This record gives sequence, C-alpha cells and structure tokens, in this order.
Amino acid sequence: MASFQFELVSPARLLFSGEVDEVIVPGAEGEFTVLANHAPLVSTLRPGILTVKAGGDVKRLYVRGGFAEISEKGLTILAEDATAVEDVNLTEFAASVSAYEAKLAQAPSDEARYKMAETLFQLRAVQAQLGGGGATAH
Amino acid sequence: MASLKDLRNRIASVKATQKITKAMQMVAAAKLRRAQTAAEAARPYAERMDTILANIAGKVAGQAGAPALLSGTGKDDVHMLLVCTAERGLCGAFNSSISRLARDRANALMAAGKTVKIICVGRKGYDILRRTFAKNIVDVIDLRTVRTLGYTNAEEIAQKIVARYEASEFDICTLFYSRFKSVIAQIPTAQQIIPPQLPEAKTEAAAGTNTPVYEYEPEEDEILAELLPRNLATQIFRALLENAASEQGARMSAMDSATRNAGDMIKKQTITYNRTRQAMITKELIEIISGAEAL
Repeated sequence: MASFQFELVSPARLLFSGEVDEVIVPGAEGEFTVLANHAPLVSTLRPGILTVKAGGDVKRLYVRGGFAEISEKGLTILAEDATAVEDVNLTEFAASVSAYEAKLAQAPSDEARYKMAETLFQLRAVQAQLGGGGATAH
Repeated sequence: MASLKDLRNRIASVKATQKITKAMQMVAAAKLRRAQTAAEAARPYAERMDTILANIAGKVAGQAGAPALLSGTGKDDVHMLLVCTAERGLCGAFNSSISRLARDRANALMAAGKTVKIICVGRKGYDILRRTFAKNIVDVIDLRTVRTLGYTNAEEIAQKIVARYEASEFDICTLFYSRFKSVIAQIPTAQQIIPPQLPEAKTEAAAGTNTPVYEYEPEEDEILAELLPRNLATQIFRALLENAASEQGARMSAMDSATRNAGDMIKKQTITYNRTRQAMITKELIEIISGAEAL
C-alpha cells in the first residue's frame, strides 16, 4: 500500500511526523479518509477522533478542532490539541463538557448559541465514543 | 575614613548581593533553556499556518467581501498597539527597549494626526508607558498568575482584540515584542497583525509554477473566518514565547554582569580593608615603641 507524509502539529509542538498509510480525519462536514495521492484539500476539523494507520499499527487520537491541509507533499493537520485516546482523562473530559454546557446557557446571541450547541453535540458524541472503549473501529 | 567594622559590613553586604545575582543568573539560564525549546517547538505550527493562510488568502484577495480581518477596514486612522513585555524587572534593557520602540511609534503616529490606543500585556510595559500615555492605554492584560504559557493565554488575548476590532475600535493593529536572536541579542520588533502582512511575492511566484487547485470544505470564506482569528492567536502565542525566551536571556546576561561587578567591588574593598588594617597595626606599634622609648 502506498504511504504518504503525515504531520500533526499543535501550537505547542510537533506531535507526529512520518510516513503513514491511511488517516481518517474528523472533518467539519463529515469524516473523510485520506490515502496516498489524495486531491489537494483544505478543511476545518470538528472535535473528534483521528485514526492513523501506519503499517499494521492503528493509532487513535482525540483532536479538539483545527485544520487539515492536503497538498502534493502530504497531509498536515494543525490541531488545537491532540491526545492519544488511551490518555484522555474521562472525568476531566466530562468536566470540560459540562463547563461548555454552562457557557452555552449564557451565549450572547442566537447564532453563537447555535454554533456552541453544535460543538457541544460533537463533544458529546466523542464522549460516547471514548466511553464505549477502544474496540469500536471506524 | 571608614572604620574597619564599616568596611567589613560593606564587604559582607556586597557578597550577599553577589550570591543573589549569581543565583538569579543560574535560574534564568535554566528557564531560558526551557523557554527556548518551547519557542522552537511552536515554530512548525506557525509556519504551516502561514502557508495555508497564504494559499487561501492568495485566492480570496481582491475578491469583494473578503473578511475585514484579512483586508483591513480600508482606513488607517486608529492604531492599536499591542505591547508585550515581562511581568518582572531586573532583566537589563529588555522591558525598556520594547517600550521605547512602542513609544517612538506612538509619538510618530500621533504627530501624523492618527489616534493611538494601547493594550499592554505584562505589567512592566504598563508601568513604563503609563507615564506618557496614561489616557491611550485601553486595557492591561496581566499574565502574572500564569505559570506556564499556554496557547489558551494567547487565544484569550486574540479574542479580546478581535472583539474590539469587530466593534470598529481600531483599523490597524501592531504587535510589539522582542525577538530572541541569541542570549546576548534580543531584537525589539514591531509586527503588523491586523490586517496581516502576508508573504505575497512568494505566493505569487508559487502560483506561477504549479498551483495546487485546492478543494475547500466548507467554503473558503467559512474556513477563513475560522483561520484568521486562530492565525492571530498563533502570532500572539509566538510573540509571547519569543518574549519569554528573550526575557530570560536578557536577565541572564544582566545578572552575569551584575555578578562580575560585585566581584570587582569586593576585590577593591578587600584591598582597602587590608591597607586600613595594616595601617592600624603600624600605628599601634609606633605608639608602643615610642611609649617605651620615652621611659
């Protein structure tokens, strides 16, 4: 299987750089899979789970949002924050979800409330996936 | 002429000061290493962000309805100066050189008839600038309670600025910080962040050879709406990290020379002390001998 260059960077540091076979990206408008020689694309990300397949290894990471850029050089993901799924602290995550919920209650405008409700829904979905254990591949 | 006791006290106090400056220098050296790695680790993100932004902006630029954060308001009447300095002093000319650059810029703008507004990040810059520009300072952001500088800190500052921009409080925003070149050289820098200055020549040259035709998901303007505030936060984050490294570098060299000066002072005072002591002994001997001779 043809491999391609994948880079995952957060504002604080370069998290991953190397050759991979397949990456499943949680795009803002739906998940998509990137294989080698993908057409150039720029997409925003929603909070979700990023799946990286290299050789026989499958790595799953939680990302909080950011951007994905696919060019002829490969895939670059600018993530706000990324943690390996096994390392996500579920209680902390639940706390951040409820904190977000509290923030939603005092959103200044309807438009902002709509956006925040969407993000909250996505966070909940991630929470369900995380809670469901690592067995569910997608 | 100071008595022997006075001299002894003076030497002891200089020695105590030297111990403090020496310790501060070593602490700054350790912190510098950490700040430097943090600044270097943040570089890839900022670079990738620049490329993506340049790609999209190159496409959207010139089109009507480009976001104001990218194209500016079309005026340059009100300038916002975002001055980033340290929270602590005792770091040589670090704070004052950033403030001086900002002050010169503010004076030049005011002489040209523009309105100037200032936001200070860091207490030291506020302390310096408030003497001359007390009525221009619109906000002070305090990072004293922050232990390790995170992206969220920069994001908060960026949000404040975007909110002010959207309320049309200013037209152009310039960021002032100190670029870390080496331990002995930190360069105070002014960087315009709204509207951002993009490497346009480069994007056009790249466009000439092989333009990758990007697909956008969602549409360009929606991506830009998310990308631009984040780019702002990234620029501020980078400035804050560079500033942190510069501060520690400046403190290290300032404390190094303070330690050396204290050493020189101790040497000089020890010589005076010894001379005085010998003179006293000689004087006492003369008194005893001449007393014995008189008998």
